[in-house]
Amino acid sequence: MRYLPHSDAERAEMLAVIGATSAEALFSAVPKSALLDRPVDLPSHSPEFLVEARMRALGGKNRAAGDGPFFVGAGAYRHHVPATVDHLIQRSEWLTAYTPYQPEVSQGTLQMLFEFQTQVAHLTGMEVANASMYDGSTATAEAALMARRLTRKDRIILSGGLHPHYRDVVRTYLDNSDDLICLPASPEGQGDILDRIDDDTAAIVIQTPDFFGHLRDLKRAADAIHSKGGLLIVVVTEVVSLGLLEAPGALGADIVVCEGQSIGNALNYGGPYVGLMATKKEFIRQMPGRLCGETVDADGNRGFVLTLSTREQHIRREKATSNICTNSGLCALAFSIHLGLLGEAGLTRLARLNHQRGIRLSKALRAVPGVELLNQTFFNEMTIRLPIPAAPVVELLARADVLAGVPVSRLIPDDPAVENLLIVAATELTTDQDIDMLGECLHAVLSEEAA
Amino acid sequence: MTTRYTPDHEYIRVEGAAGTVGITHYAQDQLGDIVFVELPKVGQKLKKGGEAAVVESVKAASEIYAPVSGTVTAVNDALTGEPGLINTSPDADGWIYKLSIDDVAELDQLLDDAAYAKHTA
Amino acid sequence: MSMNTQGRPTGTGTSGYAATSGSSLLPNEPLLFEIGDTEHSGVDLPDTTVGDEYLGGFARKTPLDLAGLTEPEAMRHYVRLSRLNYSIDSGMYPLGSCTMKHNPRLNEKMARLPGFADIHPLQPVSTVAGALDLMNELAHWLMTLTNTAAVCLTPKAGAHGEMAGMMAIRAAQAAKGEAHRNVVLVPESAHGTNPATAAFLGYTVKPIPARADGTVDAAAVKAALGPDVAAIMLTNPNTCGLFEPQIIDIAAAVHEAGAYFYCDGANFNAIMGVVRPGDLGIDAMHINLHKTFSTPHGGGGPGAGPVVLSAALAPFAPVPFVRDGQLVEHAEAGHLGRITAFNGQMGMYVRALTYMLSHGGDGLARAAKDAVLNANYVKSRLGSVFSAPFAEAGHCMHEALFDDSFLDGTGVTTLDFAKAMIDEGFHPMTMYFPLVVHGAMLIEPTESEPKQTLDHFCDVMLELAADARGGNAGRFTAAPTRAPRRRLDETRAARQPRLKWERPEMLPQAAE
Repeated sequence: MRYLPHSDAERAEMLAVIGATSAEALFSAVPKSALLDRPVDLPSHSPEFLVEARMRALGGKNRAAGDGPFFVGAGAYRHHVPATVDHLIQRSEWLTAYTPYQPEVSQGTLQMLFEFQTQVAHLTGMEVANASMYDGSTATAEAALMARRLTRKDRIILSGGLHPHYRDVVRTYLDNSDDLICLPASPEGQGDILDRIDDDTAAIVIQTPDFFGHLRDLKRAADAIHSKGGLLIVVVTEVVSLGLLEAPGALGADIVVCEGQSIGNALNYGGPYVGLMATKKEFIRQMPGRLCGETVDADGNRGFVLTLSTREQHIRREKATSNICTNSGLCALAFSIHLGLLGEAGLTRLARLNHQRGIRLSKALRAVPGVELLNQTFFNEMTIRLPIPAAPVVELLARADVLAGVPVSRLIPDDPAVENLLIVAATELTTDQDIDMLGECLHAVLSEEAA
Repeated sequence: MTTRYTPDHEYIRVEGAAGTVGITHYAQDQLGDIVFVELPKVGQKLKKGGEAAVVESVKAASEIYAPVSGTVTAVNDALTGEPGLINTSPDADGWIYKLSIDDVAELDQLLDDAAYAKHTA
Repeated sequence: MSMNTQGRPTGTGTSGYAATSGSSLLPNEPLLFEIGDTEHSGVDLPDTTVGDEYLGGFARKTPLDLAGLTEPEAMRHYVRLSRLNYSIDSGMYPLGSCTMKHNPRLNEKMARLPGFADIHPLQPVSTVAGALDLMNELAHWLMTLTNTAAVCLTPKAGAHGEMAGMMAIRAAQAAKGEAHRNVVLVPESAHGTNPATAAFLGYTVKPIPARADGTVDAAAVKAALGPDVAAIMLTNPNTCGLFEPQIIDIAAAVHEAGAYFYCDGANFNAIMGVVRPGDLGIDAMHINLHKTFSTPHGGGGPGAGPVVLSAALAPFAPVPFVRDGQLVEHAEAGHLGRITAFNGQMGMYVRALTYMLSHGGDGLARAAKDAVLNANYVKSRLGSVFSAPFAEAGHCMHEALFDDSFLDGTGVTTLDFAKAMIDEGFHPMTMYFPLVVHGAMLIEPTESEPKQTLDHFCDVMLELAADARGGNAGRFTAAPTRAPRRRLDETRAARQPRLKWERPEMLPQAAE
């Protein structure tokens, strides 16, 4: 067994030192009735080449995004990740280190987290950021809980433009609280949240670009919620957009959470991803998650440590701000390296290119008879209304090897108002040829249907 | 002026019906460097044994309970910028809050100097 | 006040060793923001001109102020930084309760196949048959190893799995009309996440004291059970490295009282393929794929914490899940809603299944037995000098626990001892946990360590202990002196938090 170093002779030698007769004797504390008297009913060990063949067969049954035209977004985006990123994160010292609890031998991870926190703070326009969360959706739920602690109020209002899966996660975390108000989906970009704010509102949660691709007016939202003593939580699921759009912090956001997958991380069928969370300095003691801070060592040299950890579960136990106990370290590293490679100049160019691809896509879609574009504003993603339900259209196009986007009914089932809606995204990887192919296929399917 | 102690290491210095609350020298020594203090609000009503404040050291967060019931009349804002005052001067500059005591008879349930010295011996 | 003095102590060393200066093999690496600037970039992209007609007046005006590096600069920055980290690949990492085992590289290679890495959670289900098969197969392995009825794969980490499992318990109690049960029993030796999770879900935590031998007393559990108790959260093998001998009695009593049994599976590595937790009577248990099934720790995540469920709790599993080969995405009656946006940690599922197929059922049992063998070997070799608090309990499982009484009167603390291990080339063990032991040292070698390494480790530990007891406290209080940094001033970090890089001209004058 290639992962187990002992020979049987060594095992015997060690048992003799212990004074035990067999490996099984070491399990003497286990009640006899619970010890398996036979091997578990699972396949036996396997050489590397056979395991690889089996896994390749499984992977081969999936249609990879890069295999053809691809327009699927809605919270996870296919971007190019430089080869440097994936090489670096596989270095042993990054990949196989534990949480940096021993700072003297973890300065690599700690300095990286300090750089990551700085990048996230700058990107979002906020004063401080934590060392990452599981993903954007759990960060959103944690932000809602944080707002409750900060304001000592309970009501949380979710915009109709918030990703439906994020809404579900908040609902689960808040245990379907009566004080959680989820506004109905707003595919036309309806601004309905501001009228709902009252004195009991802890926070409003607004996503921009929203689930349907519309850009939302954060400044107006911030002014409205602040006048009632509540907080503005801003959610960004396509973090590349921040290269082109104003920083939420500059528009009055109190807490900004993002899904950071777009930078440095593959699609991975939904995970692992990396949640970003940033806020104002005055709120840090209520912010969940790990924080890295700068200090000096006994010789006066600059160094970094995990700090303010009394907020966390391993010390506060039942009084912790959250039960969270990992961050998403390696994904944060990938994010940080990719953003370090991009820099301000690169991210700006990447964001412009994505927007330009979005504009090109919007024009091609509008040219298809029967297709209506719902967006006045967008970054790289938009919603179209088809004359017929979107889900079967997507299936038909998939057979032509075009992954056309996400039918809204997949996330919001049994609602005739959204049945015909399709969310379509482009990135820098989307070619003119891909876009033209989508337009042609969509045209063909719709005209066949009309005939 | 008398000082009374809780078995949980809060002290209360009493003048008439006014009390000043902090943590003892022994407690600050056990906790190590204090890095943050969460103060109560002036006007806040406290019940004997209820949570009044939180002090955090690098390694632990500890609740400070009210030794007696009363209303907070002042808090030591200097601790916000300089929490280490609790380490350097727990019984003078490092006081945490003052309160007006509801019922001075409650003080009788607390430890005096001798009893507290014995408690921490 | 509630004086919690059990956390991790800290402090800076005092002796005057020479400052660690940069050298070619031990770099003092500047920050990304001190090397790069806003003009440089390591990614070539066309400079596109776009108008703002679709931006609704929200175009960025605030500068991003993000430093960029060209590719060679970035490569060097991150390689140099990486060299400041200890890692499993560079040495033994005996962190108790963390299971720092070897991370096979086949796992990494498989996770990067386009068929796994380059698929989108919302692309048509008809185009991801292999992903569903993989989740099904992983679920089969986990359920078979635990003898349970269902598994919820989606939790992003152990603590997240705990949350999902406890939510399922809460939902099950509510479905029985027993929502009034608001107490969760948690042994004192539990990991801090257990009480944090219970409190997070609104439960009152009732601690159960440990017996003198480090295990949980079934009688104490029975005495604490009542009509208000929703569940018990128990770690088995427990955090003292011991198998709970009365666990079957405890499970029966818990069920008798109408409560559920949540088992923290952090230590599953000791018993996989040897004991099936379902046979012990557990109702829910999370499994840390990053501990037991070798997915990398990555410097603090991402982890993965699938939670297996008994038949009683299966109807309350959160969506999404695979059932009969179909992906169920919307909560039906009873089921909990989502705990994360998509399908959980697919990248970790691939790695874990690759590891399982490599080991096979037989190899997993062998690995568990070797992990237990290694821990007992360390315990035996160190036992004559190091003080083991629960020696009368007999053999330990996969981790050996010592306390600090062997250091009495030496002026050396557990922390000092751990820092001296760094100077000898080892990562310290887990310290000051579990809380039930004074100055705890929890050593988990895992099955990955060869005998030769274990012998070297034990020799070093014995030499250090002899030196501490021989009066050479200075070696320990000054340590580490041969690491990239000496001890760091954690008080300063917490009192004046500096959580991001600031331009030097923006910094306030130093307070001292």
